Amino acid sequence: MSHQDTEDGWLLRVRSLTKVYGDPAETTLARTGPKFDSNICPDTGAIVAIAGIDFDLYPGEVLGVVGESGSGKSTLVQLLFFDQEATSGEVYLKSVDGGRTNLLTASHQRKRYMRNHLLGMVYQNPRDGLNFSFTSGGNIAEKLLMAGSFHVGRIRDRASYLLMQTEVPIQRMDETPSSFSGGMQQRVQISKAIANNPPLVFLDEVTSGLDVSVQAKVLDLIRRLQHELGISMIVVSHDLGVIRMLTDRTMVLKHGHIVEHGLTDQILQDPQHAYTQLLVSSLL
Amino acid sequence: MIANTKFQSSYNYAFIDESTKKEVRRRALKAVCIPGYQVPYSSPEMPISRGWGTGGLHLTLSLIGKSDTFKIIDQGSDASVNACNLREFVKMMTGCRVTFDTAEATLIQTRHRVPEEIMTERQILVLQVPQPEVLRGVERYEVRTRQMHAEADYSKIWVSLYEAYVRFGTLMRGSGYPIRVNDRYVATPSPIPRWDVPNLSMANCLYLFGAGREKRIHAIPPYTKVEPLEFEDVKFRVEEFAGIRCSVSGEDRAFMDEIFDDQERRKHVINDSNFLDKVKTGQRPPQRLFNNPD
Repeated sequence: MSHQDTEDGWLLRVRSLTKVYGDPAETTLARTGPKFDSNICPDTGAIVAIAGIDFDLYPGEVLGVVGESGSGKSTLVQLLFFDQEATSGEVYLKSVDGGRTNLLTASHQRKRYMRNHLLGMVYQNPRDGLNFSFTSGGNIAEKLLMAGSFHVGRIRDRASYLLMQTEVPIQRMDETPSSFSGGMQQRVQISKAIANNPPLVFLDEVTSGLDVSVQAKVLDLIRRLQHELGISMIVVSHDLGVIRMLTDRTMVLKHGHIVEHGLTDQILQDPQHAYTQLLVSSLL
Repeated sequence: MIANTKFQSSYNYAFIDESTKKEVRRRALKAVCIPGYQVPYSSPEMPISRGWGTGGLHLTLSLIGKSDTFKIIDQGSDASVNACNLREFVKMMTGCRVTFDTAEATLIQTRHRVPEEIMTERQILVLQVPQPEVLRGVERYEVRTRQMHAEADYSKIWVSLYEAYVRFGTLMRGSGYPIRVNDRYVATPSPIPRWDVPNLSMANCLYLFGAGREKRIHAIPPYTKVEPLEFEDVKFRVEEFAGIRCSVSGEDRAFMDEIFDDQERRKHVINDSNFLDKVKTGQRPPQRLFNNPD
């Protein structure tokens, strides 16, 4: 990519990020991937979730990650959000030490600080991102409290502002998300993710499992928030419609490797890799 | 004939064997060194069931010496069945002097109350703790609560306070209000009423907390800062007994029990029995009283 030559301007920089489950041998990475049509090491049976992922993300940019299930999309964002620990690789954030510290080597406290202040995550399943025993206001409060805001009045103001932005009725702020519809739960999760104005938000299959009209509403919401707040996003989806609507640039993942990487329009109009061609042609 | 001096009695002094006492003392010392941190300990078998004050008894019996004066209170009362039985037990096993007088005692074991009377530097208060993990209500896995303590990640307990405020309009907690000890660990003060919580901060005496069933000891050393968790705009408050006087002594400014007499009339009585005895005779021992904000 020509972007990689630019030294400055990036927000997130990822280099040879790799996650292997099980027992990797020296040959594991060389014997798996799209070339071999497998992510299981023939020697040890280790599973390569992602291998050698390189990319840069720029401020205000929306990067799409597509691929079939099992291609490593969710693992990628979970590694970046520190939900899981990477096997090897480097991750840099411009706002942390000017982008000179590999975040994967940071302490747990440091990682938690970054999760609370600099990152947001919206999971496919609202139960992963929300605590269903807390009210929806409480869930948003959790994120604000984690970032050190201990003023109930201000917390409630911020929570109601966010719920208003995401079109969740404010009267229902003090109910638990379990009484909400799936689309509303997802919107509460989005409110929570952006509660601290993070510069970077990860969206993992946010619209899967929602019906089409609700999908459209959630996508509209994400696009509006992105435009208004200028948040950088990494959008993971198997749905090319979502990718087309939200993203500027797209990476195509297969068996944990990037097989194609470029402007979203270009990839959808003129796919180069055989796998991408298959994905695009199977679009309903 | 050589007289048998070693096995004169069937029990060791203070019931517990010396090596176990040593272990409990070392854990207690560690707890004092890291205020508010829960130190695991062996929690040996006792002749009472776990969860009935074994943790308190372990600490008491490991610390008590022949010159100590022992007092035990159960929810403020010297006379409850539990207090009487444990007092008899400690007396039988140590031959120590026992007392009802808070000022006279050097070692006080208590359940769910801190005495009203200000304690001094020569006194130790041992509290019985049913659940030492303050985060258990919001996180059921021990491995996670330990990590949360290690990283000082207390957001979940803060959310539970936020939720209490949203639901009840006040930082509602019946007992065991969460405290931050020495600007670091959040801990439980054991199920004492909110009334007693301010007395834990910058106290003259040592507070030791023993949880026998859960096998944990934590401590608040003398002159240690203890703050109840509170928001910038919603403050911690103690129980208010506005306009209420003790029906026995006529006094106020003490933690009151609400009782109903045979005619079903509502009455209040000072909860701390030794304090009540003293105010009945006309003397009022020194107290530290907390004034609710605004």
